[in-house]
Amino acid sequence: MDEILEILQKDANADISEISAQINIPEEDVRKKISEYKKKGIIIKYKAVINQELINNVSQDVTALIEVKVTPQKNKGFDSIAKRVYNFPEVVSCFLLSGGYDLFVIVKGRDHNTISNFVSEKLAPMENIIGTETHFILKKYKDDGDVLVTQQKEESRPIISA
Amino acid sequence: MKKSKHEFSRIINSMPSSGIREFFDLVLSMDDVVSLGVGEPDFSTPWHICESAISKLEKGFTSYTSNKGMLELRCNISQKIFEDSGVKYDPEEEILITVGVSEGMDIVFRAILNPGDKVAVIKPSYVSYSPCVIMAGGEAIELECREENNFKLDPEDLEKACKQGIKALLFNYPCNPTGVSYTKDELGEIVRIVKEYDILVLSDEIYDSLTYDFEHTPLISFPDMKERVIYLNGFSKGYAMTGWRIGYIAAPKEIVGLANKIHQYTILCAPIMGQFAAIEALKNGQPEVQEMKKEYKRRRNYVVNKLNEMELTTFMPQGAFYTYSQIKKTNMDSNVFAKKLLMKKNVAVVPGTAFSEKGKDYIRISYASSFDNIKEAMSRMKVFLEEL
Ligand SMILES: Cc1ncc(COP(=O)(O)O)c(C=O)c1O
Repeated sequence: MDEILEILQKDANADISEISAQINIPEEDVRKKISEYKKKGIIIKYKAVINQELINNVSQDVTALIEVKVTPQKNKGFDSIAKRVYNFPEVVSCFLLSGGYDLFVIVKGRDHNTISNFVSEKLAPMENIIGTETHFILKKYKDDGDVLVTQQKEESRPIISA
Repeated sequence: MKKSKHEFSRIINSMPSSGIREFFDLVLSMDDVVSLGVGEPDFSTPWHICESAISKLEKGFTSYTSNKGMLELRCNISQKIFEDSGVKYDPEEEILITVGVSEGMDIVFRAILNPGDKVAVIKPSYVSYSPCVIMAGGEAIELECREENNFKLDPEDLEKACKQGIKALLFNYPCNPTGVSYTKDELGEIVRIVKEYDILVLSDEIYDSLTYDFEHTPLISFPDMKERVIYLNGFSKGYAMTGWRIGYIAAPKEIVGLANKIHQYTILCAPIMGQFAAIEALKNGQPEVQEMKKEYKRRRNYVVNKLNEMELTTFMPQGAFYTYSQIKKTNMDSNVFAKKLLMKKNVAVVPGTAFSEKGKDYIRISYASSFDNIKEAMSRMKVFLEEL
């Protein structure tokens, strides 16, 4: 992967001059490349990674992982049913899987009820969906590469050494 | 403290104590320091290496190992050296596992020196170099690697030292503190002199995997150098394993035999946990080494760009994770500079005088620190210079 993308993937906040200094490419060229990436849809958007657990006073969202079994439709395979599923705003991720289940759907909701209702009233009754299995997340340890449990790491490295 | 009535070791007493101790103590007494003064990776050891050591610990592997270190590790090291240099070392007799390069250097000097033997030591260099020579009863002849020579060892200086009858050269590349490394051609000239005067070389190549602009060429890879070189390397830097304390010596059988005599009486063996970790590092650690190297390289470019923008003349180091930056324009001695920067902006760097008596115009900046820290330190330094 291009170094610019590698840097941005780690830190969406990295600015052009900073990236330019790190990879010794003129700022103008970095700027051009980034706008190209945006145009091509390679860079979709920039967002912050938020650790919900640390936000007080806000009732936390509940997340569920749902395995979905589907009968594929003639000529359309899984794509059209997947589309009907992922267009629900509650669905934050939707993957086609190999193995015993077909779709893997991650759903976020205000509480357990919201998600239960979504599954029983919207997802399960859909045509072509022949079964679902819902797993509620109890605790997030690590998400998308970021460790979310607070780690009290004693800094053992001396702050100066030869 | 009252002076004791005993006369303690004359050698140790006569050794200059590290001139920057006072500065280090000052740094340690302060809070909220952004430190670019650290000589070890900011990364933790890759998890699969820790995991492998933990599982050995759980199985009860908590004993001594053979004096020379576990044979499996010595075999793997022999293989690694062969891949890097094309030179074969017998794992039974030509490789010794040590408690870091630190121990390796100490016992090699004690094994090869007689009282008064002269050893050429490159300067600026890692703080223990000359003391190791002196503690082994030798005399250190310091060869300054000057800025006009891009901080590289001037072959003429080496030749002069050879004419003074040195027994060995203590060499290091990529270099702490300058970040200098040598291309194959540049090494060729040094090799020629080493052979002509038939001296030994202790080659500390602990930063070999952190070479950014060209391939690292081990000194032993030159023809007929195996018999003259004591190759020192370890796991501390490339694999981010400083705390595991594992290094090794690869050298002719006779030297390894003598060094092992000291090692078996004073150390017994390197820690077993570290040895297990090192085995895993050699087997599966390369991807992480490459990842870290990539990250260091970006930081290097950033830091060098920023420092030169501030007109602290900084040449592009080819390896390790340091820049050796010139501070002449501030008209301050490096000790004063470092102290002021620390007191005013809470940024720690190491004065060049820690590494050479001639280091008063330089500071060492370590980019083994998170990119956020580096950015913050650079912006504070910029303000610091503007306010002078
Ligand atoms: C050039 C050099 N040699 C040796 C060492 C010590 O390494 P080890 O951890 O293997 O004892 C260091 C550590 O800073 C170093 O910079």
